[in-house]
Amino acid sequence: MDPECSRLLPALCAVLADPRQPVADDTCLEKLLDWFTAVTEAGSSLLLLQENPCLVELLFHVLKSQDLSSRILSFSLRLAGIFAAQEDCFQYLQQGELLPMLFGEVGPLGGAAWTAPAVRSGWIQGLRTLAQHPSALHFLAACDIPQVTQALSVLTTAFGHCHGLWTQGLWVRLSPLVARLLEKDPVPASHSLVDLLLSVARSAPSSDRDLWETLAQTLSHLSPTQAGPLALGILKLQDCFIHRLPKDRRDSWSSPAQSRAGFILRTCSAAFCHLPSGLTLWILGHPVPQVLRTQAFGILLQPLACVLEAAAQAPGPPGLLEGAAADSMMVDTLLSSKSACVGLLCCALAHLGLLQPLPQRPSPWPQAPLLGAAVTILRLCSGSAAPTSDVGGRLCAILVGCGRVQRAALDFLGALSQGTGPQELVTQVFSVLLEYLVSPESSSMVLKKAFQATLRWLLSSPKTPGCCDLDPHTQLFLRELLPVLQKRLCSPCWEVRDSVLEFLTQMTRHCGGQAGFRQALLASEVPELTKQLLRDPESYVRASAVTATGQLSSWGLCATPAIPECPGAQQESLLVELLHILSTDSEGFPRRAVMQVFTEWLRDGHADVAEDAERFVAGVLQAASRDLDWEVRAQGLELALVFLEQLLGQRGSHCPYAVALPETAPPGVLDQALQVLCRVQLFEFAFRALFDCDRPVAQKSCDLLLFLRAKAAPCGSSQEAGDSPNVASVEATLQRWQAGEQGQPLGYLEPGAVVALLRSIDLEGLRDTLAESSDHVEKSPQSLLQDMLAAVGVLGENEADCY
Amino acid sequence: MKLYCLSGHPTLPCNVLKFKSTTIMLDCGLDMNSTLNFLPLPLVQSPRLSNLPGWSLKDGNAFLDKELKECSGHVFVDSVPEFCLPETELIDLSTVDVILISNYHCMMALPYITEHTGFTGTVYATEPSVQIGRLLMEELVNFIERVPKAQSASLWKNKDIQRLLPSPLKDAVEVSTWRRCYTMQEVNSALSKIQLVGYSQKIELFGAVQVTPLSSGYALGSSNWIIQSHYEKVSYVSGSSLLTTHPQPMDQASLKNSDVLILTGLTQIPTANPDSMVGEFCSNLALTVRNGGNVLVPCYPSGVIYDLLECLYQYIDSAGLSSIPFYFISPVANSSLEFSQIFAEWLCHNKQTKVYLPEPPFPHAELIQTNKLKHYPSIHGDFSNDFRQPCVVFTGHPSLRFGDVVHFMELWGKSSLNTVIFTEPDFSYLEALAPYQPLAMKCIYCPIDTRLNFIQVSKLLKEVQPLHVVCPEQYTQPPPAQSHRIDLMIDCQPPAMSYRRAEVLALPFKRRYEKIEIMPELADSLVPMEIKPGVSLATVSAVLHTKDNKHILQPPPRPAQPTGGKKRKRASDDIPDCKVLKPLLSGSIPVEQFVQTLEKHGFSDIKVEDTAKGHIVLLQEAETLIQIEEDSTHIICDNDEMLRVRLRDLVLKFLQKF
Repeated sequence: MDPECSRLLPALCAVLADPRQPVADDTCLEKLLDWFTAVTEAGSSLLLLQENPCLVELLFHVLKSQDLSSRILSFSLRLAGIFAAQEDCFQYLQQGELLPMLFGEVGPLGGAAWTAPAVRSGWIQGLRTLAQHPSALHFLAACDIPQVTQALSVLTTAFGHCHGLWTQGLWVRLSPLVARLLEKDPVPASHSLVDLLLSVARSAPSSDRDLWETLAQTLSHLSPTQAGPLALGILKLQDCFIHRLPKDRRDSWSSPAQSRAGFILRTCSAAFCHLPSGLTLWILGHPVPQVLRTQAFGILLQPLACVLEAAAQAPGPPGLLEGAAADSMMVDTLLSSKSACVGLLCCALAHLGLLQPLPQRPSPWPQAPLLGAAVTILRLCSGSAAPTSDVGGRLCAILVGCGRVQRAALDFLGALSQGTGPQELVTQVFSVLLEYLVSPESSSMVLKKAFQATLRWLLSSPKTPGCCDLDPHTQLFLRELLPVLQKRLCSPCWEVRDSVLEFLTQMTRHCGGQAGFRQALLASEVPELTKQLLRDPESYVRASAVTATGQLSSWGLCATPAIPECPGAQQESLLVELLHILSTDSEGFPRRAVMQVFTEWLRDGHADVAEDAERFVAGVLQAASRDLDWEVRAQGLELALVFLEQLLGQRGSHCPYAVALPETAPPGVLDQALQVLCRVQLFEFAFRALFDCDRPVAQKSCDLLLFLRAKAAPCGSSQEAGDSPNVASVEATLQRWQAGEQGQPLGYLEPGAVVALLRSIDLEGLRDTLAESSDHVEKSPQSLLQDMLAAVGVLGENEADCY
Repeated sequence: MKLYCLSGHPTLPCNVLKFKSTTIMLDCGLDMNSTLNFLPLPLVQSPRLSNLPGWSLKDGNAFLDKELKECSGHVFVDSVPEFCLPETELIDLSTVDVILISNYHCMMALPYITEHTGFTGTVYATEPSVQIGRLLMEELVNFIERVPKAQSASLWKNKDIQRLLPSPLKDAVEVSTWRRCYTMQEVNSALSKIQLVGYSQKIELFGAVQVTPLSSGYALGSSNWIIQSHYEKVSYVSGSSLLTTHPQPMDQASLKNSDVLILTGLTQIPTANPDSMVGEFCSNLALTVRNGGNVLVPCYPSGVIYDLLECLYQYIDSAGLSSIPFYFISPVANSSLEFSQIFAEWLCHNKQTKVYLPEPPFPHAELIQTNKLKHYPSIHGDFSNDFRQPCVVFTGHPSLRFGDVVHFMELWGKSSLNTVIFTEPDFSYLEALAPYQPLAMKCIYCPIDTRLNFIQVSKLLKEVQPLHVVCPEQYTQPPPAQSHRIDLMIDCQPPAMSYRRAEVLALPFKRRYEKIEIMPELADSLVPMEIKPGVSLATVSAVLHTKDNKHILQPPPRPAQPTGGKKRKRASDDIPDCKVLKPLLSGSIPVEQFVQTLEKHGFSDIKVEDTAKGHIVLLQEAETLIQIEEDSTHIICDNDEMLRVRLRDLVLKFLQKF
């Protein structure tokens, strides 16, 4: 802690302890706690308390004072928790018996203050924070915690921080209590119980069969809705093995391309040699028992199994969702009320959707029945299923038109696209998706999900072997889809228009080169309608239309020029139209989208751009420099950078740890490039951006100029432009710009002057200044303490102003 | 109480309720589906229609070829279209006292009822219902009268011949009762019998019942009705809507505590949400126009068209359709658009407040001002000069059998660029299109029916809790095409009673009480006696006077003074003999005490038996039986009057007299 803060602290503690001087602003207290957390994380709490005795005094004072506000009491409890999180500091506080007084029954727990929610919340947060070490756990065990939920919540955190054998010890004491909870019907505080059990299971390298038994019991005792999260947690358990490794080892294992869990399981055999022997043994010896996993998976599958069975036209093949035949209790739950049915199905779908991509998901994964279930649920929701059974009929009546289930099922269906399925089912998937896309009853949110799921299925559909084109089924589907897109592009609901454009953009990005897609698209009105939406009244739609037309144009799929009213007139190119949007659109989103499209076009060498890139860049930068939206200006710099790279060669590796310096450009190329850059007025744009009032723009510009300076390094010695009068006047102008007067233009710059300028400006210094957040001065703890003191008038600075 | 069901059409009801001494007709809807069997009436000579081949029987017999024409595999009657009237034989319609109209769509059969059945009663309806109803009738008459048809087909109606015809003609019901359209004179005469009413106005019918119209939220001036006496309440719900469209919202609270709720006029397309359909309408309209095609919207001149125009008002600019002309063609187009703006008090709150700004409540005024919407009485005249394509045309009739729409179908049917969008739910669009096949133009079906759906009905019923629900049979089972959709039917307890055409239902409640007034001087003379805490009784001797369904207790006339004790005047017939009344008894007999008393008075050998209703006291020696029940006591003994009187006096000791 810096000395200035130490100096202010006693006064602040006095203010806090004084009920006559209420702290007006809660956020100050929060900030104060954040600061103390940071301080204790950086150093010893014990030392902090010893150097600043006023803190302990504050805590004692809080206990004695009768009329303190609940906010201060809550604050003190949380503060004590922060300090006591370090074991030596915990012992130090225990010497004064401070902790039992704060958290035990003699403290606020037993007093009138307990009625205030803030105090209860502070109490529990304080306990949760301090429960980080064995001493704290002994303390907790001694504490008499009044409510089941709160007790479970504290214990859950405790297990989160536990390591080693003493966790096991705690579990031994805890498990009879849990067993007693399970005897009750309904099980009280089931959410917290599930959290606790999962926390135990995650943290305890438990060879204890008792834990698995308790989990199994809990699964069977909880109601279907409550059991879902526990089942999911159990099935995900292996995910957390790696977290138990020492941190350094964990990092060395991380691979950006693969999830940690995926990595560990796939390279299991290789990994074992790196593991500490104990852990290896544990993984080999104590995986989650298969029986428990089967039970858990069964719970997640149950609702879907019920639906499948109820909606089946004829008795289905046996073993559908094996081991999860619909039981009557589940059927009763599903049919008991609309909210129960919807809640259960949505949870089951969401849980299974989360499980689907995980490597430790149950195997064999019942892909086909799950696909069938998703399709059936969607059909029940749309009313197109015609179940013959009584249960099916009632389910249909409950689910028909239910948007929540539709959305969940579409998400799940999308997730299932990662796997394969029998062709017949895939056909059903596409037909149900088409049904949703066509149906006027689909709400805009449902439609959005339907488009997302359709995209995932289209992209995952197999390519015809030996040919890079779409397979015939997909082709057929596309042909039916395009009229739908046409109609949806004219929807009066802007969200719908927007979803279609997003879908179209993604489809074109991935399939723009495939003949089947191109053919179908060009035969439809979609490109023309998309172009018309560039003038949509809704700015989000205009932005999406810009992105979509940009993408279409990149693949040569844009609408062919056709103006019926004046066939002779020159069709203005898309480029001109987009430039027009960039310079005139009143909203930021479409302009940002234009800049992104332009950057992409420049990068990919779009024909319209490549024709005269210099003129293009000049025009875009000119429009972007005047833009009021900082994101547009930042994107302008991105475009400038792409242009630079095209002229001067790639930047070095993006990796921050790369040691290689950017290569310098050969002088001849550089001269030419600088000439071009001067002509397109890139420097004027970049320098202006350097002093932009929005920090990201200035930072980006700084990076760009640093890159340019590195490239231009060899030019320096041969040219002595630095002394020319031109440079001096430009420098003067830049200084004025920096001071906020940006009215004056730079005028035409000579390449020599540019190089000289790049050298003379302290770009590194500027970069460091920009790296600090703009409010770093105001955010300092010292400033916080001063503000709080000033607010109650202790500093006395503002007294004169009162008159 | 009985309900005579004269129409089987759930949204065009016509029922007669006999309640107390009144006969009330609830709506008189006209089923126009019969017109779908007829060839369209072209406004401009149509070579295609006039050259259709005549239809002949399988054996080649062509005697019907003048009456029946064939078009794309369907057979149509080549005659003036005819309508299927409500049942006229089930009940003598001249006995109907009043007709209650719930909305302008449900009064189209009115001239048939009021002008041809001997009806002498009154019709009650709100002003907008009458005015717009008049417009609809006027349009209908105009559409049919301006295309005079020389022949009138009747041969095909012969039962023996009808049997031989192909479907759907073969299955058409009661063709013999089908009638041609009424005349304007009949319309005027019928409408003159209407008495205007306002929402919540209480109308006494002969002192027996009170009827009250309530806002139903479906259309301008649309109402549900409450028919109640002092102790009974019947609600008639017809064509109601809970959506926020232009009319005043539905009054649900007043429907509470009904003994019977007659429920008709639910949405005809329960699976189509009106909002989605409006979206669909706009999308397809824009798509067609952007491709250079024309859009035809067959519609009624009032109702949903106001909402559609309002949606389009918001949509056309954003969809870049500002330059596209919108035409509204109907003989009553102008009146309809103007009427809608003047019925402020019948509009929803938002629109009402506009009137005070002052602004026209509907934005179609602005569309007309800016020339985006133009209206014409028919395609002849000004319209042909202004007509510009591509355009959007709103015109009638939705059945596509008469009206200007026939011309546009003929004109635009051949091009796939054009689209016809069906928004009215009353007719099957496929049947409506049948005489125009083969058709190249696109057809979009987005029926907009804002009336209650089954979810809303089930909420409504939970809310208002009627004892019994009566509805058309169609509502008590899922639609035939979607038999698994059990959500598409009325689900209530006890199950709804259903009716079908030409059925008479005895409504399941008994009248148990009648209100009787008591004259003040009579009331004054009563001396109530408290027989148990809170309950007092008094005997009343009075004359019950009943007139105009009102019952009044009047003091009895004083007995005539005996004139001088001479010859007693012969007991006058008018004056009831006021005998001295025996006192009334009350109380109960405690059996044990009674037995003790009997013993005290010398009776022995007494046995008491418990029966279902009370006790039997047996005096074995005296061979006598005393039967004590809750409301009667009998002494049964053999011809021993003395004994009986003794026993009676003992019994009476336990009872109070007054």
